[in-house]
Amino acid sequence: MKFTHYLEKISGVSVYPVISLLMFVSFFVIVTLWVLRTDKREIEYMENLPLDNDK
Amino acid sequence: MELQKFYYDNKIPKFFAVACIFWGAVGMLVGVLIAFQLAFPVLNFGIEYTTFGRLRPIHTNAVIFAFVGNGIFTAVYYSIPRLLKTPMWSNALSKIHFWGWQLIIVAAALSLAMGFTTGKEYAELEWPIDIAITLIWVVFGVNMFGTILTRRERHLYVAIWFFIASWVTVAMLHIVNSFEFPVSFMKSYSWYAGVQDALVQWWYGHNAVAFFLTTPYLGLMYYFLPKAAGRPVYSYKLSIVHFWSLIFLYIWAGPHHLLYTALPDWAQSLGTAFSIMLLLPSWGGMLNGLFTLRGAWDKVREDPVLKFFVVAVTAYGMSTFEGPLLSLKNVNAISHYSDWTVAHVHIGALGWNGFLTFGMMYWLIPKLFDTKLYSKKLAATHFWIGTLGIILYAIPMYWAAFRTYFMLSAFTPEGQLQYQFIDAVQTAIPFYVLRAIGGTIYLGGVFVMVYNLVKTAKQGTFLAREYAEAAPLNKQYVAPAKAHWHSYFERKPMLLLVLSLIVVGIGGLVEMVPTFLIKSNVPTLSSVKPYTPLELQGRDIYIAEGCYNCHSQMIRPFRYEVARYGDYSKAGEFVYDHPFQWGSKRTGPDLARIGGKYPNSWHFNHMLEPGSMAPGSIMPSYPWLFEKELDINSTNSKIHAMRNMGVPYPEGYEAIAKVDLKKQAEEIAANLKSEKIDIKSDKQIIALIAYLQRVGKDIKMEKKLTNQQH
Repeated sequence: MKFTHYLEKISGVSVYPVISLLMFVSFFVIVTLWVLRTDKREIEYMENLPLDNDK
Repeated sequence: MELQKFYYDNKIPKFFAVACIFWGAVGMLVGVLIAFQLAFPVLNFGIEYTTFGRLRPIHTNAVIFAFVGNGIFTAVYYSIPRLLKTPMWSNALSKIHFWGWQLIIVAAALSLAMGFTTGKEYAELEWPIDIAITLIWVVFGVNMFGTILTRRERHLYVAIWFFIASWVTVAMLHIVNSFEFPVSFMKSYSWYAGVQDALVQWWYGHNAVAFFLTTPYLGLMYYFLPKAAGRPVYSYKLSIVHFWSLIFLYIWAGPHHLLYTALPDWAQSLGTAFSIMLLLPSWGGMLNGLFTLRGAWDKVREDPVLKFFVVAVTAYGMSTFEGPLLSLKNVNAISHYSDWTVAHVHIGALGWNGFLTFGMMYWLIPKLFDTKLYSKKLAATHFWIGTLGIILYAIPMYWAAFRTYFMLSAFTPEGQLQYQFIDAVQTAIPFYVLRAIGGTIYLGGVFVMVYNLVKTAKQGTFLAREYAEAAPLNKQYVAPAKAHWHSYFERKPMLLLVLSLIVVGIGGLVEMVPTFLIKSNVPTLSSVKPYTPLELQGRDIYIAEGCYNCHSQMIRPFRYEVARYGDYSKAGEFVYDHPFQWGSKRTGPDLARIGGKYPNSWHFNHMLEPGSMAPGSIMPSYPWLFEKELDINSTNSKIHAMRNMGVPYPEGYEAIAKVDLKKQAEEIAANLKSEKIDIKSDKQIIALIAYLQRVGKDIKMEKKLTNQQH
């Protein structure tokens, strides 16, 4: 009896890591694409938020 | 629109800052003591409250939840009102949060010293404290979200997303990992057992690092670094990518703490793959921090705050490079259970968390007291002392890790193990001394800072409130047609919260569900039986004394481990282990196959005076186990709890368990008597011996059974 690989008995357990990878890659691509299409002024406004009080 | 007048409260940030520094010093002091204990066991003082096994959880919990915890809250209570142009939502909740958290810290320190522990690393606190943490965490969350919802600034700056994601993920991790079955006041058993418990614990443990030590401190970095440098962060776009990919990836990486263990292979590979990918967002964040200072390096030379920040961010880069490296299986084979891990976490704790905190304090305290820092020179001295401390801490640990690895894996030409475990221990001692000195130096730097900050406070006057004014938010806001997509989330903090939870929730679910769904399918070895009542009691002593801090119970499938400790560990062996006790560090040898290896008398003498049985041992002695009587009245409720969690004790066994317990205790006492050792059967040591003699033995019966069948 083997115990290290008992999960192999469940059909298709190997699909889990693949799903997770696909999910991440698509998520990442979406985030990156949107970020690249950002309006510059908006970014400028946001990145200066912490410095506002110092004016 | 008319400007509204309001005040920022500085009292609560000041309270948290003081608590942060105070608990930091306490936690590091305990760290220095336990570091010296490893070289000089006499420093355990032979008292139960000061042994390594009890102090080490105090050190880790104090540094993580008291030092860094209060550091996070300092940053949150200072930055959020200013970023959102509104005071904190409720001053009462702020106070409850502050005092509640400090009370939890005191309760934690006392209860750990007294031996109340769940036996799960970084989650050792018992169930009443777990509930208190949950309540205070909710108070914190309500206060934070109340503030966010009543803000006068539409956009949430990136630091706030990090705070939100940290809050929601820590809540999830804490609740899931703390599922435990209370046996009595201050005693509970983890609801999960064996492999499942290990998976949940390291999903928690890894993400405690991620969402307590890292993401809130990234929030801190994104706020205080631009503040101190007087310029915006290098790339705000990068910070968006940094945020989302970091929280997405971190949650998956937990299984890299369990490489080569009895955890299923696919889950181990998943942990490795995501850990390697984690390098990218981590370094994105690091570079974003460092590049913020581009063209302003002359300032770094002048300003101690920036000096601390630069080293902190560099240390972040180093440990997030090392992390993925350590999650490679071949590297992990060397690093796991060794001092390498200790070095790794201290680069993070001393460098990243410590230095970022110090930098924040040198910037913040003068601001709160409306003055300049008392002495820049002293701060620069602290910087150099601290840096030297980190180096002197880390290098000996790396050295010791490789040295002991080469020794423990060495075979003679005849195929025998070349060294005893004790040889490796002995060779590590000089490095332990150096490490302890490094830690002491680092702590010395903290005292220099305390002096400097006290002087700063004294020369200024505390600004309890700061006046500000801002226009209220326009309720009928319509975003411009070409607004950035992400600004949509930034305007909707609740959506951001839910989305963060989903992002981290998916990771947790995919990782754990398969292992849990087949819970009934975990092949129970027919020979693996529940612990006897006496062994169960003994196991609780093993947990209470924190044996898992130095001893693993998990033999990896390597020749040098199997030859040294015995047959490698199988998942089915741990099905009744609530909680699992695989451990994460081998300061002492693995105990997974200790059962039956030595006679009872050996354990008796060894626990009383380790050096008598293992010359050169650095293990503390446990004289109180020979004085204190076992609380056998708890047996009933312990068996009951175990059966409720699925351990197959027969129905109604609670009632007669005590009889069995006494019988087995008498047998052990009689056996000791035959070796001329007089001890009453009701002492705690008897139960501990019973447990140690049982560990890892059942599977040997399995082999006998199969051999007979063939």
